[in-house]
Amino acid sequence: MNPFLATVRRDVLLAMRRKSEVLTAVFFFVIVTSLFPLGIGPEPVLLKKIAPGILWVAALLATLLGLPRLFAADHGDGTLEQMVLSPSPLGLLVAGKILAHWLLCGLPLVLLAPVLGLQFDLDASALGVLTLALLLGTPLLSLIGAIGAALTLGVRGGGVLLALLVLPLYIPALIFGAGAVEAHIAGLDVGGHLSLLAAMLVLAAFFAPWATTAGLRIALE
Amino acid sequence: MGDHGGIEDCIRVSQSIVQWFRFASPQSFYPLAGRMVPWFWAAAAIFGIAGLWMSFFVAPTDAQQGEGYRIIFVHVPASWMSMFIYLVMAFWAGLGLALNTRVSSMMAQALAPTGALMAALSLWTGALWGKPMWGAWWVWDARLTSELILFFLYLGFMALQAAIDDPRRADKAGAILALVGVVNIPIIYFSVKWWNTLHQGSSVNLAKSSMATTMLWGMLLMALAFWMYSIAVALMRVRAIILERERHTEWVKHAVA
Amino acid sequence: MQWHSVGEFFAMGGYALYVWGSFGACALLMVAEPFLARRRLIEVRRSLIRERLADELESQQRTR
Repeated sequence: MNPFLATVRRDVLLAMRRKSEVLTAVFFFVIVTSLFPLGIGPEPVLLKKIAPGILWVAALLATLLGLPRLFAADHGDGTLEQMVLSPSPLGLLVAGKILAHWLLCGLPLVLLAPVLGLQFDLDASALGVLTLALLLGTPLLSLIGAIGAALTLGVRGGGVLLALLVLPLYIPALIFGAGAVEAHIAGLDVGGHLSLLAAMLVLAAFFAPWATTAGLRIALE
Repeated sequence: MGDHGGIEDCIRVSQSIVQWFRFASPQSFYPLAGRMVPWFWAAAAIFGIAGLWMSFFVAPTDAQQGEGYRIIFVHVPASWMSMFIYLVMAFWAGLGLALNTRVSSMMAQALAPTGALMAALSLWTGALWGKPMWGAWWVWDARLTSELILFFLYLGFMALQAAIDDPRRADKAGAILALVGVVNIPIIYFSVKWWNTLHQGSSVNLAKSSMATTMLWGMLLMALAFWMYSIAVALMRVRAIILERERHTEWVKHAVA
Repeated sequence: MQWHSVGEFFAMGGYALYVWGSFGACALLMVAEPFLARRRLIEVRRSLIRERLADELESQQRTR
């Protein structure tokens, strides 16, 4: 089988055996977005205005939650060293792991976002834009996050450090992702936002697996 | 005859390259840095005095902002240096990663705290400038926001290097982070700028209020002073880093005797 | 020159807090940073000298 697809399949199967890890990030996303109206108040106009930002920040944090585990288990049991030594290119295997992380951590958020958007009184077309923006943005978050996960692999205080390294790099995705929904609500065209998100995704898809591979090699030296 | 000269040239060039690589070893860079430090301090002092003289006694009062605008003479140099130092740091870190030269990685590590300091100064002076001009200590202005993110990037770089015990691994991991940061800084800057124009941020544009040439000179002199200061401090710090990391080698034992 | 007295210079046209707050913070941090860098260097040197003396003492005792 293709080594890329084999890695994706393996990671998804492993995660399915331990469902709690996947569900934790999803529950986190649901709980955080539901806390905001309780903290701010139930005023529909205000909630509608801040909904894109809240949903996006919650998605950022939920993605971050699963990142430390991206390579940790494979590092612990020696699988990662086998991957480095295997004849198939490490970049391809890493890309497979990143895709698996997105399928387990990013895709559920994309699917849940329209339901959670209803809590904030977003209409159907705004929910559509939100879903589309998250569909383009969450893979970007997984790709950038993987670099941070590789650099902090096996480092003490890795989880907090990972947040410090990765969150500043998430800012463009946040700006254009949340901006698309805001622009749509304001009655503006969202094509620019979405194409910029897509451009960043393409750029990250090229460079992030490469940087992640370099980071992993350093960690395993 | 001509061929002969060519060969001699080649030898001379390769000798000078060897000379340069000699300085790439910690052993020879340590005393060289020590000899350079006083010169950079002197330059920083001269530029600093000239710059302060220009900024307080030569530059005229601004028509719109009165005397408050004089903050520009430290704010702009600090912002410039914070961005420039990040680029230089990433360059040294990348060189250390590519050529495996220890001194360049140490130089990157020595530059980071100075860069973070410059970013902090830029934010502090920006807030003090913003209060009388915009009426608020903090405004989500594109430049201030990017500066804040740059400050976070510096903190991340230093935290990553501090968290990794093996210095060689810390160097390489830091280099990758710095290079990823360099790719991201323009993207972050333009996204923040775009976000800012969409939300009609307030931003004082000083270039429009016809800056006097003396103001520009004051700013340039202060920027030169900050530049020389940064080099001097970074060289001092790199000397300490060299000794800390090479403490088990023979030459260090002789150097401190 | 636009200043007529020392007091006027320090008042900075009513912007004293902001102007001196900025320049003061810069001066403070730009004195503190070299001081800390210098202390770090001196401390490394001191510990290295101590190590060296300890080594010498050890080798002297061994020869005796």
